[in-house]
Amino acid sequence: MKVARAHPLWLAYLLHRLSGLGLALFLPLHFWVLSYALNDAAKLDAFLTLTEMPLVKAAEFGLVFLLAVHLFGGLRLIALEWLPWSAPQKTWAAAAVAGSFLVSTTFLLQAI
Amino acid sequence: MPERDHLTVTVQRGGPGAPMRPQTFEVPAYDNQTVLDVVSWIQQNADPTLTYRFACRVGMCGSCAMMVNGVPRWTCRTHVSKVLDGNAIEVGPLRNLPVIKDLAADMDPFFDKWVSAEGMHHPTRTRDDAIEPIDPVTMERQEANAGIECINCSVCYSACDTVAGNPDYLGPAALQRAWTLYNDAKDANKDAILDAVSGKGGCHSCHSMGSCTTYCPNELDPLSAILGLKRATAKRFFGGRK
Repeated sequence: MKVARAHPLWLAYLLHRLSGLGLALFLPLHFWVLSYALNDAAKLDAFLTLTEMPLVKAAEFGLVFLLAVHLFGGLRLIALEWLPWSAPQKTWAAAAVAGSFLVSTTFLLQAI
Repeated sequence: MPERDHLTVTVQRGGPGAPMRPQTFEVPAYDNQTVLDVVSWIQQNADPTLTYRFACRVGMCGSCAMMVNGVPRWTCRTHVSKVLDGNAIEVGPLRNLPVIKDLAADMDPFFDKWVSAEGMHHPTRTRDDAIEPIDPVTMERQEANAGIECINCSVCYSACDTVAGNPDYLGPAALQRAWTLYNDAKDANKDAILDAVSGKGGCHSCHSMGSCTTYCPNELDPLSAILGLKRATAKRFFGGRK
């Protein structure tokens, strides 16, 4: 029998796990490329020209998305485990954080 | 009148020595009908060899839990109209437990883990002492009260993917029991409880998927209880007090 799981907390778990695996696969490659900065600067510059390609730009978006998802998923877990709040308290805390980000990001976009 | 005369009910049959196989029955549809009614109709009218378990029929005893369309549910309180997939229902034995036969799961591992999680009373007084007065408004008592309506139906245990992946994991019900006793002013051995739940397969194995809380038929919150145990064991590890 196919097991039904698609409720929000389970999906949040899945997203956190998959983004973590994605980052774990990316990081060795990332450090390997960075090592060229010490060993072979010309090779690094040649490699970095790849970042102009649209496909690589799209991949960078994916990378930042994974990082953001994993960051906020991690904050969610820390809050869940260490802050024994009631459900309404959690809702208000999430709303406060979201509101703060909205205001500060709007300010940042105005500034740059 | 129901919209259709009959329901198409697929039941998972089998057990040790006989691989599980689906068998389909046409069951008369009624306006008011629970999944347990449907299973009973099959056993009484179509196939008397169908094995299943129930006792109270009113959501108190925790005997009749089964998988219904992929979700563990207490079948005596699950109305057919709430779970129908088109005109069909699929019923199987609870997940994560051995099957005795057909829809009857072996609950032994579930209850063994209840004991392994130190889900037993450690008295503070003897029968010769006066009864200890308990203040119902303390935070600890409210935490304990939140978990005491568990009916041991094993729906949370069956819903948990951590149990599915880790046979040693104590599971949501046993850990919630441990958290209830940990917060009970009449329990004298909180360290024994934390020892039992902080080892291999203890509360720290939980991945916070929350299926226990999502599917608990009594609307209890085992996930929060497990998170409470995580905090308590971590605080003890770092030398803090409760």
